[in-house]
Amino acid sequence: MQADTPNLPAGEMSKLTVRSLNFYYGSFHALKNINLDIPEKKVTAFIGPSGCGKSTLLRIFNRMYELYPEQRAEGQILLDGEDLLNTKEDVSLIRAKIGMVFQKPTPFPMSIYDNIAFGVRLFETLSPSEMDDRVEWALRKAALWAEVKDKLQQSGSSLSGGQQQRLCIARGIAIKPEVLLLDEPCSALDPISTGKIEELIHELKSDYTVAIVTHNMQQAARVSDYTAYMYLGDLIEFGATSEIFMKPTRRETEDYITGRFG
Amino acid sequence: MSEKHLSSQFDAELSGISSRVLEMGGLVESQVAQAVYALAHFSGETATQVIKQESRVNQMEVEIDRDLSGIIARRQPTARDLRLLIAVSKAIANLERVGDEAARVARVVQRLLNAGMSTRMRLPVDDLQQESELAIAQLRKALDAFARLDVTRALEVLKQDNQIDQEFEGLLRKLITYMMEDPRTISSAIDLVFVAKAIERVGDHAKNLAESTIYIVKGTDVRHTPMDAVEDAVR
Repeated sequence: MQADTPNLPAGEMSKLTVRSLNFYYGSFHALKNINLDIPEKKVTAFIGPSGCGKSTLLRIFNRMYELYPEQRAEGQILLDGEDLLNTKEDVSLIRAKIGMVFQKPTPFPMSIYDNIAFGVRLFETLSPSEMDDRVEWALRKAALWAEVKDKLQQSGSSLSGGQQQRLCIARGIAIKPEVLLLDEPCSALDPISTGKIEELIHELKSDYTVAIVTHNMQQAARVSDYTAYMYLGDLIEFGATSEIFMKPTRRETEDYITGRFG
Repeated sequence: MSEKHLSSQFDAELSGISSRVLEMGGLVESQVAQAVYALAHFSGETATQVIKQESRVNQMEVEIDRDLSGIIARRQPTARDLRLLIAVSKAIANLERVGDEAARVARVVQRLLNAGMSTRMRLPVDDLQQESELAIAQLRKALDAFARLDVTRALEVLKQDNQIDQEFEGLLRKLITYMMEDPRTISSAIDLVFVAKAIERVGDHAKNLAESTIYIVKGTDVRHTPMDAVEDAVR
């Protein structure tokens, strides 16, 4: 059953539907009654000052929080109508559908090739030539193929920071997820690598739903179709990025994006 | 805007550019007043002064435009700040044209002076007074609304624009009558038609400035919009 999507303009399908979501770190109430629709095959950016809950929200989407016993989530997160928080499905299957790339590049201590093949082997049984194809496909998608095609057996950590981050994105898309979560993917990168990743995000949205957390407001403005502004655990405003940056409806949003915050 | 930016330098840049716009506005406002005075009193000296000031106004437009590009390049302004800078860019173009209109009037005065006393005496220059006063008042009010970001005053400017248009049409009919009665006045009367049109244009520029002010404050583009929709946007 499809949930109502009052937050989205007509024509947009909600891929991830968040309803009455509350999240606690022990006794700390980190997310307060969040209602949000993340549209399918669009880029949605989350902005807000440190501690506003944007990374927390992203981590709930693929149930990363379950690694820590004192953290709990209440409410609903529907992926195509199925509740992720109360599903019987294996968490690793959810994470196969909802991939994540972190702030710092996290290549596995293995070859470039195996960095990508590793995750694929968990979910699929491919012949060696099929695996070769998949690795090439993912590296091409992540705009890294030309730079690494002659050194696939070298260690992933031998790459530059920007290349490592693109390797992580390649690893994330190699298992063909439906949603890609990016948690400040460019904060450790130089402007050229950042530019390449932003270009990549633009390419990715034709196949995937992308959610990106960023401290860099100009980056949110450049790459996203929709922007959510969060503050102290509340979702303050959600809307089309062009509207948010030209004419936000909430004063708090305006103060933040114009740099009047403090 | 009450709250300040984290960067006080950015605040200084924005308020600096706003006050430069108002300075330019004050300059063209006095240019228009002088041009009208020159016409009413057939003062060649004042007309010359108005024409001289034109290059100063042009210079200001270029300088403000340069500062504007600098702020956009370095600050990546958003929301209200971005709207302010876009509005400033349009405002200075409008003000520069007001300066052009004033110079146009001054050049007509010079031509009429060269045409000789007899022609001058037969023209209804006094009738231009009413239209001019309205236009100057509108320009002043629009600049005032811009300075205070006062949408109510800006709305008044929009509503009063058609008064100038009516004055212009009345004047046009009168000048046509003059020309029909005494064909010797045709050449000078046509000059006065251009003056009346120039003053009417000053009113239009004041209106554009008022529309920019509403855009800064409300974020709504009210150009080419029926008055009741504009009132909705301002409310």
